[in-house]
Amino acid sequence: MKIAVCVKEVPDTTAEKRIDPSTFRLVRDEGDRMLNEFDKYAVEEAIRLKEAGTADEVILISLGPDKAVESLRQGLAMGADRLVLVSDPAAAGSDYLGTANALAKVLDETGADLVLLGSEATDARSGVMAAALGEVSGRAWITSANSLAVNGSTITVERQSDDGVDTVEAPLPAVVSVTKAINEPRYPSLKGIMGAKKKPQDVKSLAEAGIDASSVGEQGAKTKVLGVETPPARTAGQVVKDEGNGAQQILDFLIDKKIV
Amino acid sequence: MAGILVVAEPQGTGFRRVGLEILSKARDLKGSIGGPLAAYVGGSGVADSASQLGAYGAEKVFVADHEALGSGLAAPHVDVIAKLQQENDFSAILFGGTSLGRDTAAALAARLGAGLNSDSTDLAPGGSGLLATRPAFGGQNLVQSTWTGGPQIALVRPNSFQASESGGSAEVVAVSPEISEAAQRAKVTARKPAEAGKISLEEASIIVSGGRGLGAPENFAVVEALAASLGAAVGASRAAVDAGWYPHPNQVGQTGKTVSPNLYIACGISGAVQHKVGMQTSDVIVAINKDEEAPIFQFADFGVVGDLFEVLPKLTELINQRKG
Repeated sequence: MKIAVCVKEVPDTTAEKRIDPSTFRLVRDEGDRMLNEFDKYAVEEAIRLKEAGTADEVILISLGPDKAVESLRQGLAMGADRLVLVSDPAAAGSDYLGTANALAKVLDETGADLVLLGSEATDARSGVMAAALGEVSGRAWITSANSLAVNGSTITVERQSDDGVDTVEAPLPAVVSVTKAINEPRYPSLKGIMGAKKKPQDVKSLAEAGIDASSVGEQGAKTKVLGVETPPARTAGQVVKDEGNGAQQILDFLIDKKIV
Repeated sequence: MAGILVVAEPQGTGFRRVGLEILSKARDLKGSIGGPLAAYVGGSGVADSASQLGAYGAEKVFVADHEALGSGLAAPHVDVIAKLQQENDFSAILFGGTSLGRDTAAALAARLGAGLNSDSTDLAPGGSGLLATRPAFGGQNLVQSTWTGGPQIALVRPNSFQASESGGSAEVVAVSPEISEAAQRAKVTARKPAEAGKISLEEASIIVSGGRGLGAPENFAVVEALAASLGAAVGASRAAVDAGWYPHPNQVGQTGKTVSPNLYIACGISGAVQHKVGMQTSDVIVAINKDEEAPIFQFADFGVVGDLFEVLPKLTELINQRKG
């Protein structure tokens, strides 16, 4: 069985971020970049399936700038076998649909039986890719897996819903997004880090990947950013030292704010 | 293209509040982008509750009753709403940002080739019809986005609008759901509901969160007691979750949930960027921390420097007394 894991390079979660006021895009050349933290859980799960003998290949796939290879290599260092990155200036500004279209095309090429994703990316935070990719690629899809098990041609997932946890079954091929409850991602070993550089890292243009340029990038996007505002930052309010009446002071504040 | 469709998620014998919040807002939008204002209710055994939506401004409620629509999975809803769209050509389809709402909106938008604006905290006339506002990077920026083609599909963050009744009544239209086999490939085989009365973090109007300052998992009891007195949901910082003191779904922050309640009470949480970006769009922030240098005091509306094991039980008692 082949597993594809969709991964994304994101800005360092601890760094301040900025949107370019002229292009409305994230300023990409500032600060550190990293593999999206949520994706590590998907990579880890795929590697565990390979270690258990369920899968024989783990392929990372991504859409992003060519420099993203450096961040995404962390997935290879963890144990994935190879990386396919679609990188093309014409793909910049892709929305959820352009990204899903591009990833679906790469999936067609690689022919993965199981496609894993993190539940969301720490930059966009919309959490919509698994459903969109499932729909665009024509595969069954399940979101928010707290655990998963592959049994022959069926996948069984414990799914975190709004109201509890459901057991969900689907036939393969399937697209599944995983939550942070699913595992504890490993840190790459030194050997893993050294070995990662030698693993195949295939950077393709849209044309090389067979992706129609009109389906991605700004030209394919169905939403358009018209403006970005920077609201005034929150400022410090009143701070008191508890001298036995701190609780009463909080209550008075909440009454004053008409909250209680 | 005409009208607005609001997807209202059934819950018990009523609806999740976010659906009512969106309907209330859509009443105002109708004037500028055009009506009618319709609602979609899909589920299993939901026909009786549909008419309730008239009071919030729905003129027409499409009700689809089918076992697969009550499974909590989105794909069957996508089939039904896509057909409604084909027949009614709505200019906007609005969803609440719940787990089911997110999945349904994303797959529906992909099927229709439509634009999707996620995590909207405001919707206003503008652009080619609607303009959606989305906080980026935990609210450091507000991004205004429109759609380049219809239907305009948006996911709305809970607590963004006030739910208010307008006293109307709705025409209830029963639709016979046609759900494809493909939409039923994923099947629920067992369900384990969360504890009754538990409020989800994203939808809660009050959240009480605990962090490293609690010192041990059993100490979350003081946070839970305060939350219970306020009818609040319980959150946790990354430090508390990583230490195994509280479950992952309750984590607030960059690698957890982003929340915007009316009131956020941070207990023993320092307020590092990681946490701040997940909760700084809350209306009112109260912090209790023994370290007066904690960054949380730089953006809390009211802060108490003190021992949370003193302050929290007292506050819980005061609130319970007040409730009588």
